[in-house]
Amino acid sequence: MYIYDDYDHQMLEERITQYRDQTHRYLAGDLSDEQFLPLRLQNGLYIQRLAPMLRVAVPYGLLSSTQLRKLASITRDYDKGYAHLSTRQNIQYNWPELEQTPDLLAELAEVSMHAIQTSGNCIRNTTTDQFAGSAPNEIEDSRPWCVIIRQWSTFHPEFAYLPRKFKIAVCGTEIDQAATQLHDIGLYLQKNEKGEVGFKVLVGGGLGRTPVIGKVIYEFLPWQHLLTYLDAIMRVYNLEGRRDNKYKARIKILVKALGVDVFREKVEAQWQFGKDSQATLTEAEVNRCKSFFTSPEYESLQDEDEAVTTASNSDLLFNNWLDRNVSAHKQSGYSIVTICLKGTGAAPGDITDRQMEFVADLAERYSQSELRITHEQNLTLAEVRIKDLYEIYKACKTESLATPYLGLLNDLVCCPGGDFCSLANAKSIPIAEAIQRRFDDFDRLNEIGDITLNMSGCMNACGHHHVGNIGIIGVDKKGAEFYQVALGGDAGREAKLAKILGPSFSQEEIPDVIEKIIQIYLDERQSDEKFIDAFYRLGIDLFKERVYAEAD
Amino acid sequence: MPKLIKDGALIDDSWRLIEKETSLEEIKPSSDNKLLVPITVWLENKEVLSQHKDNIGIWFDSDESPTLLEEDANSFPVIALNFPVFRDGRAFSYAAILRQQLNYTGDMRAIGDVQKDQASYMLSCGFSSFLVPENSNAEVLLTGFEDFSENYQSTVTKPAPIFRRRS
Ligand code: SF4
Repeated sequence: MYIYDDYDHQMLEERITQYRDQTHRYLAGDLSDEQFLPLRLQNGLYIQRLAPMLRVAVPYGLLSSTQLRKLASITRDYDKGYAHLSTRQNIQYNWPELEQTPDLLAELAEVSMHAIQTSGNCIRNTTTDQFAGSAPNEIEDSRPWCVIIRQWSTFHPEFAYLPRKFKIAVCGTEIDQAATQLHDIGLYLQKNEKGEVGFKVLVGGGLGRTPVIGKVIYEFLPWQHLLTYLDAIMRVYNLEGRRDNKYKARIKILVKALGVDVFREKVEAQWQFGKDSQATLTEAEVNRCKSFFTSPEYESLQDEDEAVTTASNSDLLFNNWLDRNVSAHKQSGYSIVTICLKGTGAAPGDITDRQMEFVADLAERYSQSELRITHEQNLTLAEVRIKDLYEIYKACKTESLATPYLGLLNDLVCCPGGDFCSLANAKSIPIAEAIQRRFDDFDRLNEIGDITLNMSGCMNACGHHHVGNIGIIGVDKKGAEFYQVALGGDAGREAKLAKILGPSFSQEEIPDVIEKIIQIYLDERQSDEKFIDAFYRLGIDLFKERVYAEAD
Repeated sequence: MPKLIKDGALIDDSWRLIEKETSLEEIKPSSDNKLLVPITVWLENKEVLSQHKDNIGIWFDSDESPTLLEEDANSFPVIALNFPVFRDGRAFSYAAILRQQLNYTGDMRAIGDVQKDQASYMLSCGFSSFLVPENSNAEVLLTGFEDFSENYQSTVTKPAPIFRRRS
């Protein structure tokens, strides 16, 4: 993984000094609330319903065991013993004291971590597929490119006060697990016939109030020009994005208003000035960044391992876990393990200090001391020998982390909602739990098969409800908490937005509604058709009819 | 007299800032009166004002592009860009455009809501002087320019990004 050099350390130190001074001036009354607001946000600090919330940046979701142990100790010392994994591969603390945040940030800096630009109207943490570097059939490892973008976007003097937040995702894997098309800028790594690397550039995607799938603005941008082209996009947005209405300020609204062709022309016009400037990437820099992400020295091993096969024949639960939570690796004899943090009764994405330390140890022992946070709020170990799988499974079981639900209905994605978030219309965690309780049976979940369920407590869509096969969103109905259900969303390479089923439901009705939807699918599906495919074959009207018919 | 930060020092500002929508009669340009006029006033009264060009500077609001000056930019000793509120970041981009695209070499001034916490970014975008807002502590503002000693990216003042300087 990327190792900080003197420049990185120095800038981090300077940032902490700057933020310490800002916090000090704010507490002394020299900075107004309005002045302090964007400053604290750009250091990851929100003021929430119950306490401040601090969002720590985990660049592209990648963590070392040492970093995770530090996060665990911070959880104990500054928080209440647990933290939350966000849908943007970051970690959030829900209970730090404002006065203590500079110290907390200084502790993070000890392990090369920070909360820079995790909030506010600036370029946020760049995200990518959690299987990057390990997935089979990968086009190109996205991580070095994420590092390059991280450096370019960090403290960019021109783009720290944008009209609104700005999110970039990079994807080089065959299956897109980074929701690339739903970002302000989405970058797909490609190779041309000569084997040269470039990017397909998408712009103007996003969720929130106005969900939009990004549009292609450049088919094949040669890698050398990545940063100058990004600068050009950012400049057009910074100058022309709306600043009069925060709900119309994202780049997607600008792209929509201008049309992608006019937007592209404006970007081209700006790019002329920056293209081939000193910001043009060099081979030396790309190679330097790549050198941090070389594969470990693989042992020559077979995919078949006798001990694992024997164990899976006798231990049914292990067999289930193998089926669901273990994915193919590019190297034979190796696999990718995802620890599903969706055990029933725990808030999705929450992890205790103890569990963090446990996973850190696990990664150290079995997976090159590295792990990744997924945007489905789980944890991935990407370099695991197949012959170690049973050991890992048994260890996870002792910490209640062996839930074999990955990719199944109960592996649902859910924002913190009304229990924590001051913007919420409705709670989300209790609804998630009610659904999980209703379906908490492996055989039943497995019969339903691959499906995504996403839930947000309001239209800000932190739970990505627009791209869930089933999406649930909290709405306010005359002061009462209600829930709207939508179907047919997909965050992958064939991205689709979910369609609203109809009038909203009360909290109590939701598990029944989900059950009805699932039953319709089970009744109508053809052979091993997935939920999403059956939904598009059957059409929303059928679901609408049957779900609401029985309610009458 | 208003205060100005230039080359790291606090000095008196000898330029009079003319409000928007001021008429030419009210401005009374003369050779012993340095005026920072709004771009709209300049465009409407180019002929008259050109006679005092050494004593005329132009200021732009955050929704006005300095490209309106085209190749004339370099004939002004001062061009100012306004931050109506510190979180309106357009002037950062216009500053870069003025330096990199119009090749402006004169004094580029930040005016309006100029605060310590944005000062180092302003400097990196090519601003060379900073009008201290009324009621604001110039000494505090002065300390903001050194918040960061480096930039990762290519900037107006340091066109070579770190990756071209890393050994
Ligand atoms: S979706 Fe709404 S309720 Fe949920 S975390 Fe985001 S802002 Fe808060």
